[in-house]
Amino acid sequence: MTTTSPDAPNGTPMATGSGGLVIEDLGVTLTGRPVDVVDDIDLVLRPGEVVGLVGESGSGKTTVGTSLLGYSRAGALISSGRVLLEDRDVLTLPWKEVRKLRGEEIAYVPQDPASALNPSIRIGKQLVELQELRGIGTAESRLEGARAGLAEVGLPNDDEFLKRYAHQLSGGQVQRVALAMAFLPKPKVLVLDEPTTGLDVTTQKMVLDTMAELCRTYRVSALYVTHDLAVVANIADRVAVMYAGQIAELGPKDTIFANPAHPYTRALLDSIPHLSQARALSGIPGRTPAPGARPDGCRFNDRCAFVVDRCRQEVPALRTVAPDHEVRCIRVEEIGTWDINRGTVPDADPDKARDVIMSVEGLDVFYGRKRVVHGVSFDLAKGEVVALVGESGSGKTTISRSVGGLHKEWTGTIRFEGRELAKSARSRSVEDRRRIQYIFQNPYLSLNPRLTIEQIIKRPMELFGIAKGKQATDRVVELMEHVALGSGMLHYQASRLSGGERQRVAIARALAAEPDVMICDEITSALDVSVQGSIVALLEGLRQQRGISMLFVTHNLALVRSIAARVEILQAGHVVESGSVVTVMDTPREDYTRTLLSNSPRID
Amino acid sequence: MSQVATLPDPLEEVAPPRGRHGGAAWAVWLLRRIGLALLTLWLVSVLVYVATVALGDPVRAILGRDYNSNPGRVAQLEAQLNADQGLVARYFDWLGGLLTGDPGTSLANQQPVWGQISANVLNTLVLVLLAAAVMIPLAFGIAMISAHYRRRRPDTVIQTILLGLAGVPEFVIGILLVALFSTTVFHVLPAVTLVSPTGHPWDQPAGMVLPVATLVLAVTPYVSRIVRATLLEVLDSDYVELARLKGIPEPVVMRKHALLNAIVPGIQVIALQLAWLAGGVVLVETLFAYPGIGRQLVDSVRNHDVPMVQALSMIIAAVYIAVNLVADILSILLTPRARTAISQ
Repeated sequence: MTTTSPDAPNGTPMATGSGGLVIEDLGVTLTGRPVDVVDDIDLVLRPGEVVGLVGESGSGKTTVGTSLLGYSRAGALISSGRVLLEDRDVLTLPWKEVRKLRGEEIAYVPQDPASALNPSIRIGKQLVELQELRGIGTAESRLEGARAGLAEVGLPNDDEFLKRYAHQLSGGQVQRVALAMAFLPKPKVLVLDEPTTGLDVTTQKMVLDTMAELCRTYRVSALYVTHDLAVVANIADRVAVMYAGQIAELGPKDTIFANPAHPYTRALLDSIPHLSQARALSGIPGRTPAPGARPDGCRFNDRCAFVVDRCRQEVPALRTVAPDHEVRCIRVEEIGTWDINRGTVPDADPDKARDVIMSVEGLDVFYGRKRVVHGVSFDLAKGEVVALVGESGSGKTTISRSVGGLHKEWTGTIRFEGRELAKSARSRSVEDRRRIQYIFQNPYLSLNPRLTIEQIIKRPMELFGIAKGKQATDRVVELMEHVALGSGMLHYQASRLSGGERQRVAIARALAAEPDVMICDEITSALDVSVQGSIVALLEGLRQQRGISMLFVTHNLALVRSIAARVEILQAGHVVESGSVVTVMDTPREDYTRTLLSNSPRID
Repeated sequence: MSQVATLPDPLEEVAPPRGRHGGAAWAVWLLRRIGLALLTLWLVSVLVYVATVALGDPVRAILGRDYNSNPGRVAQLEAQLNADQGLVARYFDWLGGLLTGDPGTSLANQQPVWGQISANVLNTLVLVLLAAAVMIPLAFGIAMISAHYRRRRPDTVIQTILLGLAGVPEFVIGILLVALFSTTVFHVLPAVTLVSPTGHPWDQPAGMVLPVATLVLAVTPYVSRIVRATLLEVLDSDYVELARLKGIPEPVVMRKHALLNAIVPGIQVIALQLAWLAGGVVLVETLFAYPGIGRQLVDSVRNHDVPMVQALSMIIAAVYIAVNLVADILSILLTPRARTAISQ
C-alpha cells in the first residue's frame, strides 16, 4: 500500500515545477517571547511521496504541519524559514495569495472526526463551499465533482447522503468526507494531522488505504503527522522523527524501522508492542520538555540512555549518516546497532495452572430497555491479566463497569472468590469494594483538580481504614515511589502533572486500597507510546510482585500480546473468541479476529 | 457462545435518517410544546388570580380608610366583584371572560378593561419590536467585530463600553440621552411623547427615537457579550480552523462557519431580554411619558384596579411565554442535531 518514489539525491531540493514541497530552516516562536516552538526544520516532500512526521505530544509536529499552509495557532508565529511550493515561498506570499493557495494547492485534513466538520452545514454544501466561493465551475459541475469525490473515498453519493449533517455520520465517514473535501480541488500537497486518531483499526485501515490510493493516483505529496509509529510504518515512504521542536532523525521508512540511529527513535520503537510476540516494554523516562524549558546541548540529553557530558554542551546538527538518512546525534557512530527483537520476552504460558479469583457467567447488560451485552462469560485468575478487546461499541467498557459495580443494570452472576457480587458498588460490602479497584481511561478527568496528590492517594486508605495520619503519608510516599513518581510531587495539584504522571497517580490511588483485582479501562489510550510503555512495565511489575489480577480493557491488540495472558475478543456485546493470548493471536479461529489482526497496523 | 461474526459495513454504522420530513413527528412535537405553553399560561392565571383577589379582601384594599365610612360604595364594589360567590366560581367567571375577550370592567373609571388597554398594548408592542429590530443586528455586529479583534485594543474598548452600559440602570441612560439630545446640549429631539387621545406615538416619529434608543442601549450589552463569548468558543473549534486552512476568507468564516453555530445562545438571551422589555419598560415609559402597558400597570396597581392589573399581568405573561416558545422553536430549527432528532 505504500508508494515507492524514485530516490532523489539526498539534501538537494527537488527540481521545482514537478510538484512537491521544500521546507527550509522553518522556525516558529511564541508571540511576545523569544521562545522557539519548533526550529531548524528542513524537509522535502517529493511528488507522490508520503512523509510521516512522528513525535510525542509537545514535539511541535502539528505546528510544522500547519506552517506548510502559512498558518500558526493563536499565540505562535512563523518566525523564519521558507516553504517553497514550486518557486513560490508560501511564507512570504501576499496574504490573499496564501489564501488562494490553501485548499487549491495545499490541503489540510484535520485530526478529530468529532469536530472536523461544521455541525450546521450539510455535507454536500461543505464539500463544494470552496469552489463556490472561488467561482470554479458551475453549480452542476461542482455537484458532479462532489459526487465523484465521495465515490472515490467509498462513500455513498446520492442526494440523501449529501443532505446529511456531520452528526449523522460515523467517525470514519467524517474522516473520509474530510479526505474527499481535501482532494476535490486537486491539491499538490496534503497535510494530514493525525486523521485516524480515535478511529477503530478497521476504519483506520480503510481511511489510510483511501488516502494512499488518492496520493498515488494524483501524485500528491503528503505530510502525515502522527504520534503512532505503527501507522507510519504502514503508509509512509519516508519518516521524520521529531523531538522537542526539532527533527531528530529523517530517513526512508525501512531504514528508520530497521536501523534507527537516534537514541530517541530507538527508545520510541522499544516502547511499541508487537503483534507477533510479547515484549517487555520499556518506555522513556521523564517527559518531553516544553518550549522554553528545553535543555542545553542535545535536547534529548536528560532522557537519553547513551548520554555523555559532551551531549550537554554541544548542540548537535542534523548529519547525514547514510544516503538519505540524517540524524541529530553526536554519538551516532558510538552507540552500536539496534535490533527490533530487543526486549522480546516469552509469551504468557497458556498452560499455566489457574487459580480463579473472579468469574463472570451469562452477563447481560442493559441501558434502559436496550440490551448491549449478551451472555458474556469469562474468568480471571490470581496474578493474571485478562484483556477485553473490541472496537468502539463492542461493550468492553460496559462489561468492565458492570464488574466494577459502576453500572447496575445487568443480570447474570459475577462471583468473587466464589461469592456472588451485588450489582452496584453501593450495595457491595466495604471489603469487596476495597479489593476491586477501577482505573479510568482519561487521567485528565479522573483526578479531582482541587486536591493535592497526597490527598488523592490518601483518600482510599482513610476510607477503608487502612492507615491514617503520619502512617498514611508514609505509605503515600512509598506508593509514589512504587509508581515512579518523586515524593516532591506530594503537594502538587493534578493540573501540574503530565498525562502519564496523572495516570500513575490514578494507579497509586488504586493500589492504596491494596486491591486484589484492578480494572484498567483503556488506561493507556490517552497517553504517548513512550508513556504507555512505562505504564505497562509498571503494571507488569505490580502483577508479578503483588499478584494483582487485572481486567485490561483495550482496543490495541498489539498491547494485549505484551500484557495479557488471556483475551476475550468482543463484537457488538458478544464474546466472539476467547482463550490464551498466544492461541487466539497466532491461530485465530474466527473471521472477526482475523480481520482485526490484519487491520491492526504493525511494525514487526 | 462464540458466534460467526461478520465485520460491520462501516457505511451502516449510523442509520440513515428516516422519514423524509417527519412532518407528523414535527406536528406532534409542536403541539406538545404549544400545549405545555398553554398549561403554563393557565398556571400563571391561577397565580395572578390568587395574588390579586384571594389574598385579603380586595374591596377593603381598594377603599382603604373609606371602607368603614362608605358602606354604599362597599356594597357596590362587592356586587361588581361578585364577592358573594365562591372563590373558584369567581375565578372561572374571570377566566371565561378572559377567553372570550372580556377581561371585565375597570374599577377606577367603570370602563371596559380591554378598551383601555388595547391601545397601550399596541404601543408597547411597537416600542419593543422597534427596539428589537435595531438591537439584534447591532448586537450581533458588535459581537462579530469584537470577536474578530479578540483581546486586542478594539475588543477591549468595546467590552469596556458594553460593561459600562450594562452597569448603568436604563433610566439613567434615558436621562443622559434626554440631557444630550433634548434639553441641555442639543435640542433636536422631543423629551416626551405627546399623543392625541385617538392617535399613536409613532404619528410623530421623532418622539420614538429616544425611548427606542434607551431600550437598545439597555439591552444590547447583554446580548452582545453572550454572542461574543459563544463566537470566541466557536472560532477556536477544529471546523473553523479547517475552514481557514481550506482558504475560506475570514469574513465568510465568521458569517457562515462561526455565526451560524453561535446564534442559538444569542436567540435565547434575546428572548429573555424581549420578554423583560415587554413587562419591564415601566421606567422608560414613565420617563418619556410613553403610553404603554408598563406605565398603565403601575397606575392600576396604585389605584387598586384589580381587573386592570389582572388583565395586564396576563398579557405580560402571555408575551413571556410566547417569546420563549418562539425562541425554543428557532433554536431547534437552527441546531441540525436537535432538528433531525425530532424528525427521526
